[in-house]
Formats: sequence, structure tokens, C-alpha cells
Amino acid sequence: MCIRSVGKVYDPEGDQVVALQGIDLEIASGEFCAIVGPSGCGKTTLLSILAGFDTPTSGHITMDGEILAGPGRRLSPGADRIVVFQQGALFPWKTVLWNVTCGPVLQGRLPRDRAEAGARELLARVGLEGIEDQYPGELSAGMRRRVEIVRALLNDPKVLLLDEPYRALDALTKSVMHECLLELYDLTRKTVFFVTHDLEEAIFLADRVVAMTSRPGRIKKIIPIDLPRPRDYRVVSSAHFGRLKQEAVDAIHEEALKAFEAGERELAQ
Amino acid sequence: MTAPRTWQMALGFGLFFGLWYLATAVLALPRFERIPDPLEVLLQWVSRNPTYGFSIFTPDYYKHIGYSVYRAYTAFVLAVALGVPLGLIMGWSPLFRRFTFPVVELIRPIPPLAWVPFAILLLPGTEQAVIFVTFIAAFFATVLNSFLGVRSIDPVYFRAAQCLGFRSREVFVHVVVPGALPFVFTGLQLAMGLSWFALVAGEMISGRHGLGFMIFEGYSLAQYPNIIIFMVTLGLLGYASSAGVRILGRRLMVWRERQLGGAAA
Repeated sequence: MCIRSVGKVYDPEGDQVVALQGIDLEIASGEFCAIVGPSGCGKTTLLSILAGFDTPTSGHITMDGEILAGPGRRLSPGADRIVVFQQGALFPWKTVLWNVTCGPVLQGRLPRDRAEAGARELLARVGLEGIEDQYPGELSAGMRRRVEIVRALLNDPKVLLLDEPYRALDALTKSVMHECLLELYDLTRKTVFFVTHDLEEAIFLADRVVAMTSRPGRIKKIIPIDLPRPRDYRVVSSAHFGRLKQEAVDAIHEEALKAFEAGERELAQ
Repeated sequence: MTAPRTWQMALGFGLFFGLWYLATAVLALPRFERIPDPLEVLLQWVSRNPTYGFSIFTPDYYKHIGYSVYRAYTAFVLAVALGVPLGLIMGWSPLFRRFTFPVVELIRPIPPLAWVPFAILLLPGTEQAVIFVTFIAAFFATVLNSFLGVRSIDPVYFRAAQCLGFRSREVFVHVVVPGALPFVFTGLQLAMGLSWFALVAGEMISGRHGLGFMIFEGYSLAQYPNIIIFMVTLGLLGYASSAGVRILGRRLMVWRERQLGGAAA
């Protein structure tokens, strides 16, 4: 997947807000790419454009060499790019099993029994046996997150778009979620586009960390993460992790400060 | 847990009937002298040979109940069958909404009773006119709540459905309908209450049978205990109807019960 000088200008009542400017990014098949940046840097906008919920105002997006979106032309949302949303989007009125199997079953890609078998296997792998007939409302936040990743993977998408999926979780649950996500990633090797504002999370998970600037959202620095896989939580305390983190912090800190000051100015006005 | 609640409920009823008895039979307060006391009403209601012709042992009593129940439920079922789909589609399709919503909003504030002359002109008989007026009352509560139900669904579920490759029909069946259901049932509860409300008013004006008609008959013919008997009967029927809708709603929304149960624990 290839993002070529993509920009997005919002135009609320004439005063233009540049959300994204000249984003160039190539994501290799099977790569885990994390986007970090301060709040409001346009990372979620970029994800929305990739998902097909939003239209870029300049540049275009190609996938396997084919132009999919450009100004005035939106990607149509589809099962090849599954989004896992910030606030979670399991249908609360359906059971876990229905939620995770609905994609392939309704598209007619898998017969129901095959999909259900696959679902049970994947749920068991993330430690969620026996919850198939429960409703999402009965599960903890961490369990719902895992179910959601399972739902995304069962759809067998080309790209997984994760929009700060672990934002609302506490630190302990978060680290368990990370290991769970990495295990599934190592298993399936999907292309992953992971949006977050948590640096450590980004470094721990990704092959590349893309640091973004705040308004206008531009790419500040791309940091390749050469930590060996499979990774476990101990890597976080290694010296190499520390160096990578320092590098990323340096890139981000300046931006966070800028964003903060801009926010202060807006408040002062 | 239940024992003190039952006891408190009994006390509430006791106080209510006690005060009523006190105001009418014992003190005979001014303006209360023509109001029958609860004991008299009860004795009439269960009498095998009632002075004014109506008790639980007279077939006529059930004939009037039958008329009213038939009218209220015909109107309610029609309102649900037409109102729920209309509201859901209005909430879901922006194009359909632009056509229909302004019209609905214009007609909705017209009070049901204002429709009575129109209904009598339009329809072949007063029977249909009474049902029509009842239907109007229930219809708009159903439409509006079903509409709001769809609008209340978090857009993230529609996006998720797109991502998962749902076709339109599947979005409607698996997202729109279940997502709107809590509001739809609020609408049905309201519609049930409004049905009875409009029915009785309609029966008073243009009925020849039914509970509303009999309440007014009781007044005209000075058979005052009958007024109370039919009022209480309406109260019981209305309560039972609402309870029925509530039970059906719980059956259909197990996910909600479990979620709320989990949150309370």
C-alpha cells in the first residue's frame, strides 16, 4: 500500500484547517507500521482516508499499483481493509460468535460451520474459550478488544487498520493486549497500520514508527525498529529499546510542545 | 427483598382507598357527595345482581370490554405494523427522510381528537372512525420513536458494518433494526398508553359500545358506581397491556438485560 503526497484540508466556514500535508508513505505487505503523534496531528484522519470513510483533498493512495483514492475520490470501505475502532464496535445486540463470524459468512466467503470453527480456534488462542454465546456487554474491556482483533483477522483482510485500540485500557491490560496482538501478527503476518499516541506501544509493536508533526500533519521522522521478533515484554527494558525510545521522544517532544502551545494560544484567544 | 416491597405497596393502596372512603362515606366532604364510596363500588362490581346492570357476572360487562380491547388492539397493531417500518426507514435513508419527515412533523402535533370529524367523513362507519382516531394517536408515537432509535445508533456500527462487507439489506436487518429496538419499544409502550387514551375519548364522542361510552353513560344516566367500575377496568386493562409490551421487549432484547445486569453487579 502506497500513500503519495496525500493532503487533507478541512474547510469549516472558510478558514481552512490543514489536517494532513504531503504524506508520503509506503507500507510493505506484511509490515507492522505504527503512526505516532500528538493529539490532533491528523493520524486518525489518515486512517479514515485509508479506510474509505474520508476523501483526501490532494495526492492519492494506491494498493498493489492500482490507484484507489484521490481528490474527490474515496476508497469504498470494504472487507480488504478492516478497521478496529478507538471506542470499539462489536455489535452489542449480537453474540460474540455472531460478531466474529458475520463478515465472512455474510459475504459468502465461508460456510457458517467453517467460520465458527475458525472463530473458536482463534478465540481459544487468545485465551477466550467458552465466551462464544455471551454478549459483548458481558465482557471486560480487554476481552472485547481481543474479540475485536479476532473479528478483524477472521475477515482475512489485506490490511488491518487499528485506531488507538488500547486507548481506554489500564497499563496492565494493555501490555497483555500487546503480546496478544503480536502473537496474532506473527501468526498471520497481515499488513498492520497502527495509530497511537503511546510511543512505547508503537516501538514495542511495530517494524517502523512514523512520527508525525501537529497541524499541519506531516511526517517528521520514520524510525525503523530492528528489535528481533518474536518480542516479549522484557524487550521494553533493554538498552536498545531505550535508545529507540529516546530517538522517538526527541522527534515527538518538540511536536507535542508545539501542539500544547497552539492549544494554549487557542484557549487564550 | 420482596416482602417489605409488597407490604409498602399494600400500604399505599390501603391509604388510597382509606382516604377515598373517608372523603365519601364517612365525612361526605362537599363536592364528594355524589361520588360513590369504594365499598359501594366493590359490592356493585362483584354483585350477582347489580343495581345498575354491570358487574363481573353480567355478560354485558364483558361485551363492552371486548369492544374496547378489540378497538385498542386493532389500532395498536396497525400503528406498529405501519409506524415501525416507516420510522426505521426514515431514520436510515436520508433521501426518504427528506421526503417524509417534514410531512410527519407537520401532521404529528394535531391532537388525535381533532381527527374525529375528518375520520367520520372519511370512513364508512363510526366504528372505523373510533379505531382510526386511536390509530392516529399510537401511530405517531411509534414512528417518532423508531426514527429516533435509528438516529441514536452510534455511527461506528455502520462503519464497522461497511468494513465487514455488509450489503444494505444486511445493514438494515443486523444493525438498524436491533440497534433501534430499545427506542422502538419505548415507542410501543407510549403507543399502548396513547391508544387507550384516544380510544376512550373517541368512544365518548362517537361510540355506541365500549368502556369510554359506558363511563359517559354512567354519568348521563346517574349510575355513578358504573363510572368507577369502568374506570378501574380501564386502569387494569391499560396496565396489563403495558406490562405485555414490556415483557415482549425484554424477550427480544436479551443482550440488554444481560448487559444491565452485568453493570449492576
